[in-house]
Amino acid sequence: MIVLRGRKVVGGCAEGEALVTRDTISGWGGIDPMTGTVIETHHELRGACFKDKVLVFPGAKGSSGWSAAFHLARIAGFAPKAMIFNVMTTKIALGAVVTRAPAVTNLDQDPLSVIETGDWVKVDGDRGIVEVTKKA
Amino acid sequence: MRLTDQEKAMLDGAEGPAKQKAMDLLVRYGEALGAENFVDVTNIAGVPGSSTMFLHDYYKEHGGGSFEDVFSRFDLDSDETVPFPNVGGNCCHLQGGMDPELWTEQGMSREAFEHQQQDEAELIRHGVKLLKTCTPYLAGNMPAYGEHCAWMESSAVVFCNSVVGARTNTEGRESTSAAMLTGKIPDWGFHRDEHRRGTHLIQVDVPVESVMDWGMLGYFIGDAVEENIPVLTGKLGQPDFVDIIRHKHFGAAAASSGGVEMYHIVGVTPEAGSLEAALGSKKPLATIHYGPAERRRVYESLNSNGRDLHVDYVMLGCPHASIEQIGEAARLLAGKKIRSGSSLWLFTSRAVKSVADLHGYTKTIRDAGGLVMTDTCSAIGKMLPEGTKVVALDSAKQVHYLPAIMGIEAWFGSTEDCIHAALTGRWSGELP
Repeated sequence: MIVLRGRKVVGGCAEGEALVTRDTISGWGGIDPMTGTVIETHHELRGACFKDKVLVFPGAKGSSGWSAAFHLARIAGFAPKAMIFNVMTTKIALGAVVTRAPAVTNLDQDPLSVIETGDWVKVDGDRGIVEVTKKA
Repeated sequence: MRLTDQEKAMLDGAEGPAKQKAMDLLVRYGEALGAENFVDVTNIAGVPGSSTMFLHDYYKEHGGGSFEDVFSRFDLDSDETVPFPNVGGNCCHLQGGMDPELWTEQGMSREAFEHQQQDEAELIRHGVKLLKTCTPYLAGNMPAYGEHCAWMESSAVVFCNSVVGARTNTEGRESTSAAMLTGKIPDWGFHRDEHRRGTHLIQVDVPVESVMDWGMLGYFIGDAVEENIPVLTGKLGQPDFVDIIRHKHFGAAAASSGGVEMYHIVGVTPEAGSLEAALGSKKPLATIHYGPAERRRVYESLNSNGRDLHVDYVMLGCPHASIEQIGEAARLLAGKKIRSGSSLWLFTSRAVKSVADLHGYTKTIRDAGGLVMTDTCSAIGKMLPEGTKVVALDSAKQVHYLPAIMGIEAWFGSTEDCIHAALTGRWSGELP
């Protein structure tokens, strides 16, 4: 098991299968909140569903509707279980807060290099700790 | 976070439950950012209390679907409904909903329209100005240089920081609603001098003159720098002057393909009197060249959603059209007819439309078979003329969003290319 340490963005604990992308994610216009899928035309996760996944990504881009889109996904039942990201912005900070999913950033190793899609990831938001069990 | 006595009092509920919930959200948000304190904001642009029928029905089934329910539980992310007090400061509502007259053409139901009217009455009653536009700076809300703002709408945010020299981060629906009640926003990012300096140098090696060219350059830069701050220098067409329409299309595109919230154009924008002023004491992280090859690639990328040359819909006004742009559309359409089976919708604010009505532009466009609409756009409202398969657009931002959201093909070109497509039903745009 690999342990990464960083800082709390949103507290709480959650675990799930990782969904990893090196592309930044757009909220409004980049995801469909009613199905929890990425819809952006050139995105490497286009068509992928993040419901109940631990979403690992560089950060947020695009519309100021980022938080509202993920907020709506939470209400519709399609939110990710947790978020791990590298670049802090107002979009991701507010979005993580209203998604109410544990979230961490500033990790001591690059989560995009350490974590692969399909790995099992535990996020302790309050302590800023991420535990990664590589998939078999 | 360090709170002032007034902020602590609000958080403790001394100024009522709505401000308490608003402060609670702002503190959670500020701590997520790593902000140390709040800054007072006097100009707030958001979409408070707006609800689609989904949101309205969801809350109705889960405790109540009134304006106050939606505002409390969605906008303030509160688990309980609190009374909605009057807002403070200069607060406006950005785009959303539907055209107040042409909503049937937009495919909206009477129920949804009546719901919007009820929401609007609540907003007016509580002091929110109903500008209903993504271009508040063209419709009655122009901030002052240095003013601390809390704005949503990425294209308005980048305009506010870059062109005006006012200060805002890209806020979201929940943070702007909370700021309307408290007058506070985390003191982070673009509120602080050290975060406003450029990070990437963009050397422009090809003339950039038309609105279309500015849109392409913005789209290229957003993709290249993502959420960083570009400093443009080089051949920029009109060396000492870039008009508001070009800024509008450039910034909107850069904020869509990337997350650009501020840019500098040396000798043009207010915080870039010189290259040194734009960069501060920092060396640029990279120098990026934009020449003829990059220009062609971005044009091809913006047209990569188009295959069928048969165009059935032309959408103009992203971001919402200025009066000059509506005048240009009217001039190009005067005395002509849009091809049968094709549609042209041009979107703007209510304020600008009233001037277009006065000048006869709205009527000229209507006589040609087009419609001037307000409040929304095809992407925001998810609304298309019935049967649309292929759209023509003069906005790189709209090309970024509309095909992805609505599953249609799109062509990108100049306003003239788009109007030609509306008149002939065929796309014939080329890179000039």
